[in-house]
Amino acid sequence: MSEFTILDLLDLDLKEHNHLGLTCIAGRTGLSRKITTSKLSRPGLPLSGFFEEFSNNSIQVFGRGEQVYLHKLENEHNLASVEKLFSYDIPCCVFCDGGNPSPRFASLAEDAGTAILKTELLSSDFSRRLYQTLDEVFAPTETIHGVLVEVYGIGVLITGESGVGKSETALELIERGHRLISDDTVRLRNISDNYLIGMGENPMLAHHMEIRGLGILNLANLFGVGAIRDRKQVQLSVKLEPWDSEKNYDRVGENSLHDTYLGISIPMVLIPVKPGRNIPVIIETAARNERLKKLGYYSAKEFDQSVLKWLESESARKTYYINEETH
Amino acid sequence: MVTREIKVCNRAGIHARPAANIVKVANKFKSELFLEKGTMKINGKSIMGIITLGATYQSTLTMICTGPDEEEMAEAIDTLFKNRFEE
Repeated sequence: MSEFTILDLLDLDLKEHNHLGLTCIAGRTGLSRKITTSKLSRPGLPLSGFFEEFSNNSIQVFGRGEQVYLHKLENEHNLASVEKLFSYDIPCCVFCDGGNPSPRFASLAEDAGTAILKTELLSSDFSRRLYQTLDEVFAPTETIHGVLVEVYGIGVLITGESGVGKSETALELIERGHRLISDDTVRLRNISDNYLIGMGENPMLAHHMEIRGLGILNLANLFGVGAIRDRKQVQLSVKLEPWDSEKNYDRVGENSLHDTYLGISIPMVLIPVKPGRNIPVIIETAARNERLKKLGYYSAKEFDQSVLKWLESESARKTYYINEETH
Repeated sequence: MVTREIKVCNRAGIHARPAANIVKVANKFKSELFLEKGTMKINGKSIMGIITLGATYQSTLTMICTGPDEEEMAEAIDTLFKNRFEE
């Protein structure tokens, strides 16, 4: 992330439960200030004059308490702490609960070139949404070459060298009713070192696909809105590679492979491609298998357990036959 | 590995046709081509990737070529950019 300004924050197209509902009501000149941290600050202590450990580079959130206190300060004509607050290079102030700053406060902000934003949300709700938003903004990202599709609810990242058939495989998956998130370039975000979110690099160009021989296609128009998705957690990595007869491919599926992106490890399957292999079906099956594993059912291991049990019962039976033979 | 800074000289920036030209030239070589702009690093042999860079007029990209014929590839791509993608 290069730079994130207040204007970028207002520009974010967040929907429904993520919506911040921010509008700028004063200090427009301060909209170009940068936000450098995902931390928030409740300026209760600074307002009362205590400025030690004041986090002046974080967004200042004024809840109902702070607003009432501001009102009290104003009635007492004691705005020294507010002036001092604005002397710091704070990114912006946000008034929650639909509260409005007094004209005096607004003019102080205007003079300092600090933007005042307003939202109808409760301060607790706003803080939670803002934390979540900024966490994502400041999350480490990486752009990789691959296709991200959602198969049976599992986010599958298909990678492999150019021309191995990633896009064609994704096209077949979409034809079978799965969803495309992004073709060719996928932007991965590490969310609190916990999970990976994948999305298209540019929302304006997302859901387009280049198929050799056909050119660039708009999949949202071709397959309908049900065939696309904006973002999805990456839960399975599928690596396609040309068939190498020298190489040993996993035949049992007992050892699970892993792939690491941005320090987060996700399960991986390596699929050799050769004419006549139906890759989309294999990926569908891998996704189903992944779902089973999440439910605690591990096909390969269960199979092995069954084999062991059977062998044991066979050998137990055998002891009787051996006894019979000796009689 | 060859790394070079290249500038977009055509007025319209890199849209579909220039992107297709880059891929066409890049595919003549065995080496891998990567283009970087800001935090974005994409595969230079993919049309959609190159378009997603959003390379506008006068913007600077970093070109990275790696492979057996990296020098020739870098030269060819550089010329292509300088010739404004033969537009």
